[in-house]
Amino acid sequence: MAELGFKPVLLWSDALVFMLVIVLTIFFYRLRNDPQTRERWSQVFSSRLGMVAFTVIMTYVGVALLDSMHFRKALPSPAGVDTDEVFYDNKVTSVLDVMLDGMGDRFERTYSAPFALKSFEKSNIKDDQGNMVRDFDWLMHAGQHLADPSDKWLDVAQLSAIALAWGLAASALVVGLQWLLLRGSVYPWYASWAVQAGIICFMVWLVYVSHYYHVLGTDQGGADVAFQSIKGIRTGVLLGTLSTLVMLPIAVTLGVSAGYFKGWVDDVVQYLYTTLSSIPGILLIAASVLLFQVYIDLNPDYFSIGMEKADARFIALCFILGLTSWSSLCRLIRAETLKISQLGYVQAAHAFGVSHSRILGRHILPNVVHIILITFVLDFSALVLAEAVLSYIGVGIDPSMGSWGNMINGARSELSREPAVWWTLTGAFFFMFLLVLAANLFSDLVRDAFDPRVSGGRHS
Amino acid sequence: MLAYIIRRLLYAIPILIGVNLLTFTLFFVVNSPDDMAASQLGAKYVTPEAIENWKRKNGYDKPLFVNDDASGIASLTDTIFYTKSLKLFAFDFGRSESGRDITSDVSTRMWPSLAVALPSFAIGIWVNICVALMVVMFRGTALDRWAVFVFVSLMSISYLFYIIGGQYLVAKQWMLVPISGFDPDFKPWKFLLLPVLVSVISGVGSGARWYRTLFLEEAGQDYVRTARAKGASEISILFKHILPNAMIPILTGIVVLIPSLFMGSLLIESFFGIPGLGSYMLDAIRSQDFAIVRTMVFIGSILYIIGLILTDISYTWADPRVRLN
Amino acid sequence: MTVNTDIRLQVRDLKVELVETGEQILKGISLELRAGKIFALVGESGSGKSVTSLAAMRLLPDALQITSGAVVVDGQDLFDLPEAKMQDVRGRRVAMIFQNAMSALNPVQTVGQQVAETLRLHTPLRGDKLRQRVVQLFTEVGIPDPDSRFSFFPHQLSGGQQQRIMIAMALACEPDILIADEPTTALDVTVQEQVLKLIRDLTRSRQLAVLLITHDMGVVRNTADEVAVMYRGEIIEREGVDEFFHNPKQEYSRRLIDALPDLTKFQSMAVEEPLLQLQDVKVYFPIRKGVLQRVVDYTRAVDGVSLSIGRGETYALVGESGSGKSTLGRAILNLEQISGGQIHFKGDAIGALARREMLPYRKLIQVIFQNPFSSMNPRLTVGEIIAEGMVSLGMGLSEQEQQDRIGQLLDRVQLRREYSQRYPHEFSGGQLQRIAIARALAVEPELIICDEPTSALDVSIRAEVLGLLQELQREFGVSYLFITHDLSIVPSLAHHVGVMQAGKLVEQGSAEQILTAPRHPYTQALLNSVPRLDPA
Repeated sequence: MAELGFKPVLLWSDALVFMLVIVLTIFFYRLRNDPQTRERWSQVFSSRLGMVAFTVIMTYVGVALLDSMHFRKALPSPAGVDTDEVFYDNKVTSVLDVMLDGMGDRFERTYSAPFALKSFEKSNIKDDQGNMVRDFDWLMHAGQHLADPSDKWLDVAQLSAIALAWGLAASALVVGLQWLLLRGSVYPWYASWAVQAGIICFMVWLVYVSHYYHVLGTDQGGADVAFQSIKGIRTGVLLGTLSTLVMLPIAVTLGVSAGYFKGWVDDVVQYLYTTLSSIPGILLIAASVLLFQVYIDLNPDYFSIGMEKADARFIALCFILGLTSWSSLCRLIRAETLKISQLGYVQAAHAFGVSHSRILGRHILPNVVHIILITFVLDFSALVLAEAVLSYIGVGIDPSMGSWGNMINGARSELSREPAVWWTLTGAFFFMFLLVLAANLFSDLVRDAFDPRVSGGRHS
Repeated sequence: MLAYIIRRLLYAIPILIGVNLLTFTLFFVVNSPDDMAASQLGAKYVTPEAIENWKRKNGYDKPLFVNDDASGIASLTDTIFYTKSLKLFAFDFGRSESGRDITSDVSTRMWPSLAVALPSFAIGIWVNICVALMVVMFRGTALDRWAVFVFVSLMSISYLFYIIGGQYLVAKQWMLVPISGFDPDFKPWKFLLLPVLVSVISGVGSGARWYRTLFLEEAGQDYVRTARAKGASEISILFKHILPNAMIPILTGIVVLIPSLFMGSLLIESFFGIPGLGSYMLDAIRSQDFAIVRTMVFIGSILYIIGLILTDISYTWADPRVRLN
Repeated sequence: MTVNTDIRLQVRDLKVELVETGEQILKGISLELRAGKIFALVGESGSGKSVTSLAAMRLLPDALQITSGAVVVDGQDLFDLPEAKMQDVRGRRVAMIFQNAMSALNPVQTVGQQVAETLRLHTPLRGDKLRQRVVQLFTEVGIPDPDSRFSFFPHQLSGGQQQRIMIAMALACEPDILIADEPTTALDVTVQEQVLKLIRDLTRSRQLAVLLITHDMGVVRNTADEVAVMYRGEIIEREGVDEFFHNPKQEYSRRLIDALPDLTKFQSMAVEEPLLQLQDVKVYFPIRKGVLQRVVDYTRAVDGVSLSIGRGETYALVGESGSGKSTLGRAILNLEQISGGQIHFKGDAIGALARREMLPYRKLIQVIFQNPFSSMNPRLTVGEIIAEGMVSLGMGLSEQEQQDRIGQLLDRVQLRREYSQRYPHEFSGGQLQRIAIARALAVEPELIICDEPTSALDVSIRAEVLGLLQELQREFGVSYLFITHDLSIVPSLAHHVGVMQAGKLVEQGSAEQILTAPRHPYTQALLNSVPRLDPA
């Protein structure tokens, strides 16, 4: 045990997200058999835009997964104590943190601008003569290697060139491998490769240059903004997927039973979703989150490390978002089920005496999957955006857990400073915008391919 | 028609009861008044006496449903369920945890909300329809494809950035309007200009994209081909045939939102310092004032249900094919 | 170029292709329309006849483009005109009528406004004069009470009246040329005949040059002066109408003509051993009104029908849309609850059985639906679709036996055995209907309810499917309840015929008796509107 040097930590959200990945993999693997579905997916991936968007989304998902593999580092044995027992760091680290190579450990005192050498605010420092003066202090983790501060931009250019060379080499390796496997493919993989190469170069550059500078500056607490923006990815991706995962079974079960059995089942389901959707969503979510927060506050013993508390609140938020947002999908599925129930093949199944459960499983469910799929992709981007709003209201992610919402919330008045502190907002904006844009574009393509109302418009 | 409206109003009653029960369960059963008191007074380090005091002061010291100590009808009325939940039906909202009269707060605060929300809503729809119409005129061209891309990009920007960006550019950099604040007597339009502008622009992406889809769907209908065969020009087809038909889903889609305009917008009001119901709600959430949250949930539900009924009525008005019964 | 003053519109070597793939849809079409004559363009779905008419008007959807050819009106090639000038031609010189008037009319504009729009576009008429002219047009096309109909919306009119509005709209500016694209397809046969008569009369009285596009040889026989047969984007035969019907040159044309009914040959009567008996069967749907949604009345979809079907016999149930014939079929299958009467199958009352109790009879009574495309789950293979009944009704077959049986069934309906691995969307309508037959046969039923099984199919394929059904009847002794709106397929198929109108069976008897000596006026009207190949 001791030789491992670390102790794996499985947070609840980690477990859920890996479960989700397994479920989705099986789901898509099974869909492969169905030629119609395959044809539609092939339509999505035949477009360059689809490839690009998909690559971007997969990159975010990959980062989120890396950031979901947590462990606690072993601490060096305290000097003088002779024991086999290994003590572990109280701080939970993720594989991503390791890959970013200490980017998150380089703290400053407070704000600093991108590539700055000195702090953004004046503080009391001792000058050469030992007198206390108010001036801009030198940063601790920027430009330490420079002999002369005026060489900075030249140095940045040199570092960038080196990083770019490394990035291109890594890209060549990754793309080359894929090229060997996929060169005969009919899909525009080259679009994906271009994006991959771009992302790899950017990440290598970021990690490399971050050793010497704060690429996106630091925030009020002195934390590296680029690092924080990347840490926000896990929160965004997980919130978007886990909430939908909670919502799906409710919406599908209720929607399908309402549309299929009709009668009183339909009445009850309709009553439930009308009632739920009549409550202003934001208030319901806020109230639920606040109530859960009260629970956490009153029962602090259930959570041994700080991260677990934040994680519990995060999962609660996912559940609350899921439990309060099933009504629109339920309505769609109910309508579609009503329509399918009238179709010949369901009628024929009745005439063959096929049982209800078999009709639901074989005939109805597979034919509403496209709606679930479209909703899944569409809701994903909406949830990422909602996270920011909820964090602003104060009912979002726990502030100790990195998220774009918390970054924006913390930085909302920074633009009104003089001079303006723009980099925190920019970092959060850029990373969030890219993910949401990719998801939105992808969902457009998925809908074009899967929604019969859109794709049925072809002329014969 | 009248029978239909009466039936819909009757149907609203079980829904409001459902809303009421749900909020009651959330606020009083999932979390007991003791928990609430403890968290209001500062988590762990409170004495049982302090909790009792707080509960008595705010009227949470009664039993939930049945009061065994009281006799007769009072055994049902002298309970938390009756005083805190049922009284909402009589629009008796009671007092907030900080002691303010919620009813008078609501009635004064809904007008500033409306002053922002109504112009944002009306101008927003007008702008969205115009933009969508312009794009539809160029359907099938590169311009159309780029417009859709721009719409999707606009949709992908968080609402917060529109507000922050708007305040930064218009108010701070260009100094055209005050950053925030509201003064109903002194040139209120000056304070309203930026919030309305931000609301409209932030909605263009999703709105225009949605209307474009509706227009295109109508453009593919058979009657459009008939109009072409008559010799009508594309412009006149767009305005005389496509627009009136597409207005049916547009109208019925927006009517449901109209009553909810009273509720205002949480974010806009809080960023721009407008003393409406939106910022009222936000303050309540931040200070964990559950009495206000409960009231606003109830009002929101009523407005939504009114919206649903108005939607059905607007159908009969907009679409000659629909008869209610 | 032949200069003939009679020729109003000339299409020369028209070629159209799909923009995306470059596939040729029209491969050089030429035709002429003459004043006072109806030129019929016939062909099955996908043959390119509608594309021809849309291309001539330059109204093709974006997916299609004209690659060469000319459409000449008055010596002017329409393809050379700028779009603004073309708008002058449309509606004024050349007018169009489309099929399915319900969707071809703007649902939120009054019909009067829609007719007035044509006039407003091409004439200076405004105000009261405009309205008078519209009312006058309504009168001309036979709209009853034309003045008040002006402010009706399309959905308030019947299908026949909607089509008359379309015709009024087309004729408003007195065009020389009328293109009618399947003008009667969506209409019931009795209405169809009236609309065709109107078009015929107007052609003569106004000296119109008409291009009539249809798939229905009966319509051609009764209406056209000249016929052109289209097949895969080409005109394969062109002839005067009499010559064409008596002496078709192409094998394909002959097949189309043969699909017309022959009212001289009937099925010989089968043995009378009753299999299914209906006594006074009623299916009512409640109408609810008022605040409390009390049931104030019923829609009497099926209102007391009694009939009997013998073993190995075909009973044709004929009626127009909404007559309740399909509802009756669903009631026999226990997919619809009966409100009164009784259904006996082999002597057992099966009218009010619960889901579970019905199971033994499910094996014996099977169904084939109208729309082959929606009657199969797109996500199952053909093999799985055919096997569904065998599995759910517990035929007790091993996996191997089941596969063998699927193979045999596919053989039997003249499809290849390998098809069992494929999915429905890979097949044509005719093939799918064969699969549907195989699916029904899989559980060895004694009665199959065929709900318009051929109405979605092209005529040439229709004959094949009907032939197959008859063969199977001889082989397995299965009975059919054949629900149809089309009297023309009845003689070759049915032993008995029942005619339904508004939920009631107005007349029934042997096929010969009903088709040669109908007693009920409704049957007579139906029969009169059936196009047939009379010697005259």
